[in-house]
Amino acid sequence: MSASKTMVQAETPERMATQPRKRPPRPQLSKRLAPYVFIAPAVIFEFIIHILPMLVGIAISLIGLTLFYIHYWTQAPFIGLQNYKVALNLSGAAGSALLHSFLITVAYTVLVVCGAWVLGMAAALLLNGNFRGRNWFRTLFLIPFAMPAYIVVITWSFMLQKDNGAVNALLGDLHITNPPFWLVGTNAFWSMVMTAIWRSWPLAFLFLLAGLQTIPSDMYEAASLDGASKWRQFLTITLPMLKPVNVVLLLVTFLWTFNDFNTPFVLFGAAPPPAADLLSLHIYVNSFINWNFGLGSAMSVLLLIFLFLVSLVYLGIFQAGGEAE
Amino acid sequence: MSEYQVSQERRIALESGKTKKRAIKINETHFYRGLRVVGLAFFTFLVLFPLYTVVTTSIKPLQDVQSAFHWIPSHVTFAPYGDIWQTVPLARYFINSVVISGSATVISVAIAILAGYALSRYRFPGRRVFSLVVLSTQMFPGILFMLPLFIIFINIQQVIGVQLYGSYLGLIITYLTFSLPVAIWMLAGYFDSLPKGLEEAAGIDGASPLGTLVRIIIPISMPGIVAVAIYSFMTAWNELLFASILTTDTTRTLAVGLQGYATQSNVYWNQLMAASIVVSIPVVIGFLALQKYMVQGMTAGAVK
Repeated sequence: MSASKTMVQAETPERMATQPRKRPPRPQLSKRLAPYVFIAPAVIFEFIIHILPMLVGIAISLIGLTLFYIHYWTQAPFIGLQNYKVALNLSGAAGSALLHSFLITVAYTVLVVCGAWVLGMAAALLLNGNFRGRNWFRTLFLIPFAMPAYIVVITWSFMLQKDNGAVNALLGDLHITNPPFWLVGTNAFWSMVMTAIWRSWPLAFLFLLAGLQTIPSDMYEAASLDGASKWRQFLTITLPMLKPVNVVLLLVTFLWTFNDFNTPFVLFGAAPPPAADLLSLHIYVNSFINWNFGLGSAMSVLLLIFLFLVSLVYLGIFQAGGEAE
Repeated sequence: MSEYQVSQERRIALESGKTKKRAIKINETHFYRGLRVVGLAFFTFLVLFPLYTVVTTSIKPLQDVQSAFHWIPSHVTFAPYGDIWQTVPLARYFINSVVISGSATVISVAIAILAGYALSRYRFPGRRVFSLVVLSTQMFPGILFMLPLFIIFINIQQVIGVQLYGSYLGLIITYLTFSLPVAIWMLAGYFDSLPKGLEEAAGIDGASPLGTLVRIIIPISMPGIVAVAIYSFMTAWNELLFASILTTDTTRTLAVGLQGYATQSNVYWNQLMAASIVVSIPVVIGFLALQKYMVQGMTAGAVK
């Protein structure tokens, strides 16, 4: 902050020479430099916490940083792309575990993003209108998203307990016998999906409701005059008009869900059942529990490359589609 | 864009067909009103079912939460709300979380005001690159830079003696960058909506760019700034992954500390639920009280 003041003062002689008016506007140089001074703190912190670690991460992925070298990490040997070979060798243990984790994560992401979208869309349509109590419902629906993510997961981990959990109590009341173990085996996957959808649908609801309110109502009036059913109106008016919102919403929820760490970590700790072995947790366990930082970094870099490519292709498709219309 | 762009002819047709439309509407209204009631009931149940479980569990004695679940508590006790402070050092975790999240928020908001103002009011070389890089850091998987960050922190400590691992400072500077991209984005949008004449008037009076920002822009941008502050605070308050690696016993935050209610032999579910409520209340109330601004800020980019 003080930097910009000093700079302005330093410019004073030049200003006096070129601008003879008594109260001249600020000199040009300070105007040109001002934005850089303003963004400097942001650049410095982003560099220290994001850019630099990313570069160091790429460097670590090229060395054999294992438990043996943890205290003398500068002496860890340079092994080139060896870590990547291990990670991508699908017939090896590490490679096949990574592929399994990747596929689980893809399935999880697709289910959570779709589930959250469908619920969010339904809730947004319900509240897109004027009726009494609308604001109360809106506030209520936002609560799951306003709660800290790990509290949501703790809550569900209790609800999903076999004998003392509320979900099985509810199933019992509905006369469903033999309530399942939710947090073991393949059920662990579905527990995770349920928890994540409950947490993320309000975000979809928020975005979609904001989007719905930008659609002019006379479009629907014209359509119903033409005899279009509500469902047809939804397909031909609502969905196309929501496209800009959906593009952002789906990308954001995709990235959050794909990188999700809280849900499996709070539900299962550092030893998740194989069906709940999401990538973030998989890499965490490999790095900090098995102390293989080199391999963990290589996996992280692969994850980043994957996310980057998906985002590029996604935005590319969207933009091409946008131009065609 | 859509099949049903309203044309002039349709508008006329619409007016002449008013009576027909009204007849349809009456039939539809009952059906859709019924649908709405069912839908709202479903979503209300979806949200309230877990919340009800949390609240009732937090007022049950331990033996009740370890046996079969009952909808209505047979014994009501508020003891868990007292016990939570003894079972784990919750007060210390609370203070840690408040100090870390509060400091990260203040610094993040200050930095975001400056950067957001630059993006909104200046066209300068590198502007596009800056906004692209800042936004794309949102995409990074946390796990990617946590591990290197841990190593960088250890090395900074060894080389220049500033303790970042296990200290407040390390977590504060980490968390402030997590909320920074969205904070800059939201504030730049907010500043864009302010009339430009404000600065011109101040410029004639000879105020410096920083002086204009502090005396003119910031006071009238308070709603936007408060929304950004809540967002930053929530981001830090809710973070678990980095806190689990970068904190030690003395700097543990709530997110990590709550694991203390689950011991090897026993999970104190009633206390865990009571603590969950205590931990959630500040951020839930903050979010709901300012939801209007939060929603505007978060969806502005997508809706426009």
